[in-house]
Amino acid sequence: MSIELRNVSKRFGEVSAVNNVNFSVKEGELVGLLGPSGGGKTTVLRMIAGLEVPTEGEIYIRGRLVNNLSVQQRNIGFVFQHYALFKTMNVFKNIAFGLKIKKWKRADLKSRVAELLKLLGLEGLEKRYPHQLSGGQRQRVAIARSLAPKPSVLLLDEPFGAVDAKIRQELREWLVHLHHDLNLTTLFVTHDQEEAMEVSNRIIIFSGGHLEQIGTPRDVYEQPVNEFVARFIGVMNVLELEVFKGVGRAGELQFPAADYKDGEKIRIGFRPFSVQISSELTQYPYQAVVRHTFFLGVMLRLELELLSGLTLRSRMTKEEYAQLALYDGRKVSLQIRNYRILSQEDAPLGPEMTVPDKTSLYVGENI
Amino acid sequence: MGEAVKPNWRKGGAKSQRGSEETPLVRWLLIGIAMSFSAVFLLLPLINVFAQAFAKGWRFYLESLGHPDTLAAVRLTVTVAAISVPLNLIFGLAAAWAIAKFEFRGKAFLITIIDLPFAVSPVISGLVFVVLFGLQGYCGKWLDAHDIKIIFAVPGIVLATVFVTFPFVARELIPVMQATGSEQEQAALTLGANGWQTFWHVTLPSVKWGLLYGVILCNARAMGEFGAVSVVSGHITGQTDTMPLRVEKLYNEYNSAAAFAVASLLALLALLTLGIKTCLEWKTQREYERAQQANGVKARQ
Repeated sequence: MSIELRNVSKRFGEVSAVNNVNFSVKEGELVGLLGPSGGGKTTVLRMIAGLEVPTEGEIYIRGRLVNNLSVQQRNIGFVFQHYALFKTMNVFKNIAFGLKIKKWKRADLKSRVAELLKLLGLEGLEKRYPHQLSGGQRQRVAIARSLAPKPSVLLLDEPFGAVDAKIRQELREWLVHLHHDLNLTTLFVTHDQEEAMEVSNRIIIFSGGHLEQIGTPRDVYEQPVNEFVARFIGVMNVLELEVFKGVGRAGELQFPAADYKDGEKIRIGFRPFSVQISSELTQYPYQAVVRHTFFLGVMLRLELELLSGLTLRSRMTKEEYAQLALYDGRKVSLQIRNYRILSQEDAPLGPEMTVPDKTSLYVGENI
Repeated sequence: MGEAVKPNWRKGGAKSQRGSEETPLVRWLLIGIAMSFSAVFLLLPLINVFAQAFAKGWRFYLESLGHPDTLAAVRLTVTVAAISVPLNLIFGLAAAWAIAKFEFRGKAFLITIIDLPFAVSPVISGLVFVVLFGLQGYCGKWLDAHDIKIIFAVPGIVLATVFVTFPFVARELIPVMQATGSEQEQAALTLGANGWQTFWHVTLPSVKWGLLYGVILCNARAMGEFGAVSVVSGHITGQTDTMPLRVEKLYNEYNSAAAFAVASLLALLALLTLGIKTCLEWKTQREYERAQQANGVKARQ
């Protein structure tokens, strides 16, 4: 195991930032720590680096207990959210800093820096100062600097948070390639689930200081352990059903609920692609109107309004859309192919999240 | 030709500052007042200092400066500055570091107390030390018994000077350090640097111009301080007279040309300070902007 956390907690005074977290990262893995702001993921990363001290629990790096090791002794590479480049040093000196501290020989230092400049596509920028670089270049200098002393793990805090959308996409692909080339255990923090899905081998989802789920992107999307994860990863239609005589109802929608008592409430959820649509009004049991169509490239997202006024989200390919001859205002019939009972209303749930629809939807279908 | 004229015209347009509402009359009136006021109250006296200093010619000027008591005063002033400026440099760095990088109880109090010497009259600053260390003061008997002289001696002058020049370095550094934040230091730690290496290679270079600016101002004040020093010095000619005290003494002895000769040295120091200050102000402004630029949003979850 490259990194292992055992029963790690962190409290800032009264506030519990991280609560009894356990996980391990294999050698060479690329793992995303995902969660909403304040979920404790950055704190976990900083504890691994030694920038924060855990209140309880043990942290191992390559099998060695590091709780009592200082930041300097842990041999980690850390990339800060806002890069934290040394503004009084040029690119060369920034990258060489860790080597100079470790008293590398001048010739070795030079060749190592040259190697990194090449690896990160920064050749020719050696003499520039941080304020003369673009956001993407700063980011790469920060990564080069952290890689220079050959760390045993690379930790990145919101590595793509501070660059604009287009460059973010490039940097993501680039990080995957870099990881592939170096095969260095890499842990990065993000609040963007699309980013986590796209880049990681595995995702660790945090919320409110708790670890909610660990798994491959596909696992957490298809087998979310709870409603929080389900709603945080991708879009989900969530309905509250009221049970009467073994049937759960929301508007005109009906679901079998034989195990529940009359008057009980159940919450169910289903992904947009579970909503099946036909332009034949009699083919499926429920009738609805297409309210809005959102074009997302190859995929389309539809907002459907049922007769009772309930709104559902669905999605399909452009071809399907054309085949069904749909347009805004068109009447259709629909059914819900599969769904999942989330939990009962009075059961404790994860915090409510506003999921950015467009991006999350895009991800959902691209796994 | 036509192309060459155009930019000039535009420049003129920009200078007229369309945003401001004042009529030209008001504008020129305000500028006129500010200019003539500075000329009468600042520039004229300064010129006068040099005019008076050379009133009896070069020879007399150099002779006055060469007087043993005057030389002693210059030496004492330099000594006092050489002790008090480094002390305040260390204190200023420590205070600015603490205020900019840590959250602690009493931080607001510390920020306020740093400014105290600016708010209080220098004479009172001097009196405080007389009350503390003077023969009739709280520690006076004990000090006398152990034959330690503070008041009417060099230590007292240094203490008063340190007190008066206390805020300069810290005041300059706090905003620069706050803008820089502590992420660069943390980055240095993750790269294996220890505390001293981090301070030397990362912190100090990023605040060097601000620091130098604070030191220059601190030095100017340390050499020029009159009120506080006057109270604790005891005016012993050739022993506890600093340059400003020497000027006063010479003037009171109706030796005004000699007084102005010494004063001209202080005036030169002031001019030099202003020159360096202007240059450094430009550099610190850039330092500050870069820090903000490099940092982006400082929020962290």
